Amino acid sequence: MGDLSRPATESVERSLDSTLDSVDQAEDLAVGVARRAGFDEEDLMKIGLAVRESMVNAVVHGNRYNTNKKVRFSASMSGSRFTVRVADEGEGFDHAHLPDPLTPENLLRTSGRGIFLIRSFMDDFQARHLDPAGTEVTLVKFAVSK
Amino acid sequence: MSVNLGIRQVGDVTVVDVAGRITLGEGSSALREALRDMVGKNQKKILLNLGDVSYIDSSGIGELVSGFTTVTNAGGQLKLLNLTKRVKDLLQITKLYTVFDVHEDEAHAVRSFT
Repeated sequence: MGDLSRPATESVERSLDSTLDSVDQAEDLAVGVARRAGFDEEDLMKIGLAVRESMVNAVVHGNRYNTNKKVRFSASMSGSRFTVRVADEGEGFDHAHLPDPLTPENLLRTSGRGIFLIRSFMDDFQARHLDPAGTEVTLVKFAVSK
Repeated sequence: MSVNLGIRQVGDVTVVDVAGRITLGEGSSALREALRDMVGKNQKKILLNLGDVSYIDSSGIGELVSGFTTVTNAGGQLKLLNLTKRVKDLLQITKLYTVFDVHEDEAHAVRSFT
């Protein structure tokens, strides 16, 4: 859990290339903000993985590694709320109707667990289509006072 | 650091010591290729030692599942050894922990192959 005895307000924002290096970069940036805000190692692991999965979705499935397309990334801590936003320029997909990776027929699928892990590890997850193209996901985790 | 694979033979069991990160890209593709290569060489008793895996993402989990399916479909067995807390937690969350035969002792794991 985060430590509210260390109130923090910090924000970072980047426009990133559609590469796997950007995935690492975004994860490092987000975990850095969360660490300085006082989240513990367990939460940092969850935040890092959730950001990684979001970035992979944006780079691989959204922008499809297109060098002409960018991923807008931001991570911020305000009060007890840690927020990450990842926006791609892809065609988008329906986050609300993804197959459940826990059902017996899907258990041995080799993909389709990313959004599930994000939802499992963060307190809130929202996705919206952008105009004219793209998807923005918002991940939230709350620090809890000790 | 990406993934490093050390491959050794213990009797008729192939032990793969996996170290580093199993994530989308080099890490997951290296593991996939190694497992397919083993099956191609008729090495069908495979024990993945994940004790030094520092990080795994959904792509890495997918590669474990893919490896399990590839080996099983070829009539072999793929088992896991020395899961870190991080990997164990992810396999439990995704309900895959009970799919794999997981061991904590190598000698015991080697003997469990039939």
